[in-house]
Amino acid sequence: MDERLAAVTVSGLVKDFPGVRAIDHLSFEVAHNEIFGIVGPDGAGKTTTMRILAGVLAPDSGHATVAGCDVARDPEAVKHLISYMPQRFGLYEDLSVDENIRFYADLFGVRRIDREARASELLTACGIREFRTRLAGKLSGGMKQKLGLVCALIHTPQVLLLDEPTNGVDPVSRREFWAMLYTLVGQGVTIVNSTAYLDEAERCHRIALLYEGRLLFCDTPAKLKAQMPGAVVAIVSARARQVRDDFADADGVSSLVLVGDAVHLFVDDPDRRIRELTQRLDAHHIPYSEIVRVTPTIEDLFVEAVRGEGAREAGQ
Amino acid sequence: MTANGNSVEVEELVKRFGDFTAVDRISFQSRPGEVFGLLGPNGSGKSTTIRILCGLLHPSAGRATVAGYDVVKSPELIRRNIGYMSQKFSLYGDLTVLENLRFYSGMYGVERSVVQERIGWGLEMAGLRGRESSLTRDLSGGWKQRLALGCAVLHRPPIVFLDEPTSGVDPLSRRLFWELIQRMSDDGVTIFVTTHYMDEAEYCNRLALMYRGSLVALGTPTELKLNSIEGSLLLLECDRLGDAIGRVRAIKGVRDVAVFGNALHLVVSDDADVVSAIQMALEADRIVIARLQQIRPSLEDAFVALTAGRRALPSEAIAQ
Amino acid sequence: MKLRRLLAVSRKEIVQVLRDSRSLLIVLLMPLMLMTVLGYGVNLDTKHIKVWAFDREGSPASQDLLRRFQASIYFDLVRSASDYRTLTDALDDGRCQLAIIVPHDFSARLHDGRVVTIQALVDGSDSNTAQLAIGYAQGVLSGYGSAVQAEFIRASGGPAIMPALSVEARTWFNEELESKNFIVPGVAAVVMAVVGTLLTSLTIAREWERGTMEQLISTPVTALEIILGKLVPYFALGMFDTAVCAAIAVFWFEVPFRGELATLVIGSGLFMTVILGLGFWISVLTKNQLAASQIGLVAAFLPSMLLSGFTFPIEQMPLGVQTFTYLVAARYYVVILKSVFLRGTGIGALAWPALALSIYTLIIVALARRSFHKSLE
Repeated sequence: MDERLAAVTVSGLVKDFPGVRAIDHLSFEVAHNEIFGIVGPDGAGKTTTMRILAGVLAPDSGHATVAGCDVARDPEAVKHLISYMPQRFGLYEDLSVDENIRFYADLFGVRRIDREARASELLTACGIREFRTRLAGKLSGGMKQKLGLVCALIHTPQVLLLDEPTNGVDPVSRREFWAMLYTLVGQGVTIVNSTAYLDEAERCHRIALLYEGRLLFCDTPAKLKAQMPGAVVAIVSARARQVRDDFADADGVSSLVLVGDAVHLFVDDPDRRIRELTQRLDAHHIPYSEIVRVTPTIEDLFVEAVRGEGAREAGQ
Repeated sequence: MTANGNSVEVEELVKRFGDFTAVDRISFQSRPGEVFGLLGPNGSGKSTTIRILCGLLHPSAGRATVAGYDVVKSPELIRRNIGYMSQKFSLYGDLTVLENLRFYSGMYGVERSVVQERIGWGLEMAGLRGRESSLTRDLSGGWKQRLALGCAVLHRPPIVFLDEPTSGVDPLSRRLFWELIQRMSDDGVTIFVTTHYMDEAEYCNRLALMYRGSLVALGTPTELKLNSIEGSLLLLECDRLGDAIGRVRAIKGVRDVAVFGNALHLVVSDDADVVSAIQMALEADRIVIARLQQIRPSLEDAFVALTAGRRALPSEAIAQ
Repeated sequence: MKLRRLLAVSRKEIVQVLRDSRSLLIVLLMPLMLMTVLGYGVNLDTKHIKVWAFDREGSPASQDLLRRFQASIYFDLVRSASDYRTLTDALDDGRCQLAIIVPHDFSARLHDGRVVTIQALVDGSDSNTAQLAIGYAQGVLSGYGSAVQAEFIRASGGPAIMPALSVEARTWFNEELESKNFIVPGVAAVVMAVVGTLLTSLTIAREWERGTMEQLISTPVTALEIILGKLVPYFALGMFDTAVCAAIAVFWFEVPFRGELATLVIGSGLFMTVILGLGFWISVLTKNQLAASQIGLVAAFLPSMLLSGFTFPIEQMPLGVQTFTYLVAARYYVVILKSVFLRGTGIGALAWPALALSIYTLIIVALARRSFHKSLE
């Protein structure tokens, strides 16, 4: 992707902390107007990446540009053009909703008229308008998250950086939050969003899977699923444990995992194996309510990708 | 155990803090060897419920028994019969693996004669043989998690409480951890897990969904997914998503539309003609459909559907 | 630099201080408390030294001598003992600090013109008071001695003799030699040092601990705007507290105020900036509220208390320590305070401490600015 066409470019980024390499030659690009997800478990390097993009942490080597500015060389230049919402939201608990908004508006140089109009619009969209005078510390988790977003959007950033914004928040608020993100993208904002919730990856337009500071994959979620060899078959049974124990050696099954009241089996050829497994269940008189092909979760894909990487490394 | 064999029994449990009701008349039971999940977002009352079951808080009303003991009358006996693993792992970073195990064996009153054996067992389970003298803070998340579990069960309790056990741990370690849990439950240990993470809830045998202090649903993950949505869940992949949303919303029988990355999830009634109505509406606007099929709802879909009725007011502020 | 952003930081800081009971306590209660405790507690006057006497003779002459001790403002003749043992016991357990023993042949010796030795036992565990006690006692005795001599000469028919030398002492600036008059203004310096450093030492560390700093440094606000923006409200609060301390000094402790108000304001303003800058710098370096407040307290309180010339005169300190006191900002402020309250000198005579404080201000702000990076590392 041409640098002019990309909202964010990262190339060969390296960041070390005492005893650990947090980011290991990371490279990816984010197009304009997309929701880009940086996905990975804790320790993968997500927060470190976000901090470098926001200009609050300097990389050890490599390049990163955000909204056309080189954040490694001149971090201050980018701060007018972006908004950054760190994991702890940056809200002042002893200030009211309005006071928080006003503070950030002043820092970004938003004129008072613009601020009032925009705050009103954003607060209504978030559904927290009637809590304007309430102290931020007295809001629930979901509402704090929304207030954080309002403060981040009180000026119009070109790129919005969100570090694990939905951590610990209830699913309903999470949906509302995402609905707002989609609206923003429609208005021309590019969003880079990091998350440890692998299922949230599906909501992004494109994702970068990070593990221990390295990039495992960077493309759309659909392509990631297409990339996985084989398929996943689920057997739902009251005796799921027995299935797990007895079927580990079945033909064509590379691995299986017990998930609640079902067993997910990773098979090479779903149609053929479903037939075989059904026969086997009947032969062993194991009752089951369902045997069906299911879509692999991002977690399944992630595990496979990590395993694949580990195998490649071992092979080297 | 109680007379009817339940490991945990909760009946009309209530907990009030001032005029705030954290737990509002919940009831459920669990059997030995079950992996039982308390699922709900922060502020739903699940942490309060766990604390009552561990004998750390007194209920305002209702009854609860754990391992056959009443939480109000015999909290000390309860504490001897449970293991507890908290989110922050409660391990001492500046102690070695072995020192932590020794410390907890002392805390839980493991008999002298079996301490060595149990510590050995804990090490095996966590896979930390050979790393006894590593400092705990030098272990990565997955190892700490397994060590914490080991420390929590040195006294072989019949019931184990796990509070958000796999937050902050990579998926591979999470899988290993859950295998350990499942093996323990094979042995008849009741495992109580609290989590707000829908994916994690999938590992449980049965789930209790909590929201704002109430029990919203109770059942296996599959039951909840299939029964909570009135109608079906459809996946729609097409171009011009923005236009598609508008078109589809207007169709009778389409109850909810949510954007999911490059696709839409639609909750529709079970009328046979809804699907064709959608196809016709999109064709009329010359929107190309790449995929339109029924998909299985996730636990999150279930959660949203189940709590829809309870969200009469727009998101309220709840003091945390 | 944008004034708007600076004011935004100031406004936020003021609101937070007013809503935080801990900070309010420091601003409102601490000055009152410290002024009271130190103002009353630190008292360098040695008056009413407790004296016990063992009069072996018990004659009119010896009684006369003892009456002179009683009449002196420096002594309180508390008791007469009837034996030596009682006297030494009283000294041992602190019931008196000075014991006078009049010999059994007091009058006889006086009459014969022989030397009379009065034994004085002094509690030396407080050597300052002991030395003063001995000095005052010798004064009383020599006064008595001169009176006896004059009487003797007169009785023998000689002329009235005047003493050879007499000293006419006039005390400037603190006529009553009341220690409180020079202590209390110094207390104000200590109070301001403690309050100022405590307040600012928390501010930056608090933002780091609460996580708001990370977002703050991702916005266009500059480091200087953050520093100055945070200093402004604390400056205002500090000046308010200084006014309170000055008012307490003048109206409660009745310390004279002979100088110009403008001098006090300028001097206090300079000192305030230094002390706030110091607290701020500590906050930037430690990033931890607990450590910052403890370091701040030690860095502010001890030097102001011990090395500023507030209680112990700098000139009496060993040379090495004296040199060190040039680094103690409170030292210059104490000079200004004493001048303004007691000496009434104008700003002209205070050019040197004022200049020192100004230089100090620039250095400390520069240090704080250099140490504060808009970065997480």
